[in-house]
Amino acid sequence: MSALLGGALMSASRRRPGARALLAALLVLAGTRASGAETLVVGLSFNRMAITSSYAGASVAVFGAIERDGQGGARAGDYDVVVTIRGPRRGVTVREKDRLGPVWINRHQRKFAEVPLFLAVASSRPVEAVADAPTRRRLRLGLQAIVDGPDLAAAPPEGEDPFRQALLRLRRDEGLFVERPAGVRFLSPAVFQAALPLPAVAPVGAYEVEVALLAGGTPLATRTAGFELVKTGFEQRMAVFARDWSPLYGLAAAALALLSGWLASVIFRRD
Amino acid sequence: MPVSVLTLLGLGALVGFVSGLFGIGGGFLMTPMLIFLGIPPAVAVATQTAPIAASSTTSVLAAVRRNAVDLRLGAVLVGGGLVGTALGVWFFAAMRRAGQLDLVIALSYLALLTAVGGLMLTDSVRDLWSKRRGRARPARLGGDHPGYLAWPLRMRFPRSRLYASVIPILGLALFVGFAGAVLGIGGGFIMVPALLYLLRVPTGVVVGTSQFQILWTSLVALVLHAVQNQAVDMVLAVILITGGVFGAQFGARFGRNLRSETFRLLLAVLVLTVGLRFALDLVVPPAEPFSVVVAEER
Repeated sequence: MSALLGGALMSASRRRPGARALLAALLVLAGTRASGAETLVVGLSFNRMAITSSYAGASVAVFGAIERDGQGGARAGDYDVVVTIRGPRRGVTVREKDRLGPVWINRHQRKFAEVPLFLAVASSRPVEAVADAPTRRRLRLGLQAIVDGPDLAAAPPEGEDPFRQALLRLRRDEGLFVERPAGVRFLSPAVFQAALPLPAVAPVGAYEVEVALLAGGTPLATRTAGFELVKTGFEQRMAVFARDWSPLYGLAAAALALLSGWLASVIFRRD
Repeated sequence: MPVSVLTLLGLGALVGFVSGLFGIGGGFLMTPMLIFLGIPPAVAVATQTAPIAASSTTSVLAAVRRNAVDLRLGAVLVGGGLVGTALGVWFFAAMRRAGQLDLVIALSYLALLTAVGGLMLTDSVRDLWSKRRGRARPARLGGDHPGYLAWPLRMRFPRSRLYASVIPILGLALFVGFAGAVLGIGGGFIMVPALLYLLRVPTGVVVGTSQFQILWTSLVALVLHAVQNQAVDMVLAVILITGGVFGAQFGARFGRNLRSETFRLLLAVLVLTVGLRFALDLVVPPAEPFSVVVAEER
């Protein structure tokens, strides 16, 4: 399916505008038309993904084509593409242990109101090479720029913020923040493809895919698309039940304990 | 959860075996083991109440058949225990929000395990010592009734041959219920000696009555933990119950033809070791001082 779509895109970009529009309608489109000479067309390998408990992780394939408006703009081949996938946002608390007398306890904490629970960034070159630091920070290109950005919490970061660095480090270790400096591959000068991992620990919810097109450090266009991650299967049903029907869940656990205790007394009765 | 099912089953069976061997609940060994395996302390404590409820069901059924439960005393203990359990679950949730739950659990276990382990160790060493000298230790004498039994609100418990104020009884039950909810233990190893030595309840009904109280408090703790903290893992509970139930039966069978002194010494050393492990985790500088907690969806 994905290879087919990529192939279709590749040939479409060389055909008449009519065929191009038709293909674009088949793809998931979102975002607004950029003001520059270049326009981005973006498609995802799926819009809704249902995974089961035996799910070992999958990958999202992002396809895109760059349309050029005749003259002006950058030369083909100079393009850089950065694909960012953001999972559902949630409040996150980062705590730091410090010494109090002889013991180490959580003494400092910082709350971040809006942290994507999953973040993946793929780029055609390392993000440091794609754009300079101010541009990266403004467009939130790369994990570091996103974590340093002001959207995470009300208070903007001042200088080296150890809590933000810890958030980045720990989420990276868990495989929930991912960066692929060579994750975007150009299939032709105007058509690209990116594959980003979606680990089994990725949370369910709405995912946002943002594709940024740059050339020589200058942003040209951005497009966004989205997909939904849904979990099915026994474990997920249990988790939903435990959250939405917690009194019943608790009573079920109590009934289970009583039943197994009674069973044991029947099976192993000694008198 | 990255812990293997076989490890958990084996651990459940092992702790069940030890608990059957010594006639103890095993919660105070199982919960620390789960924490050391990397299961979040909140989940370990909340889920461990399920196997406690299961094993106390078995003991209560056996005790009822032998008519070894003082239901009247048991009802008073349940009353105090439920208040303690509710307070414990509330405290648990408050500490979790404040980010200090792991610390509270570690400190409480450290205090509990070193105290209990230390007492058991001195007791069994003294036992072994006097046996070697060929002299039996004098059995504990009855003595006079302590003053707190004469406090107001006295109540008669004919089955336990007890006429005592309900205040110390409720206080004891409250403390055990609270500790049980916060630590994921039944509390039998606090309740049994307290009933025996503080309230002078006859030996025949002590274990049955204590198990009766634990059954109710652990059932309520289980439901409250599920509602308030959403930390009960049903799959983990099934694994622990399965391992624990079988382990306890084999432990009880094995325990009947064993020399108890040596094994009591071993248990004391085991309890102390687990306590020291908690101390070590508290004192050693952490490799990663930071931790990330995601807020629950509301």
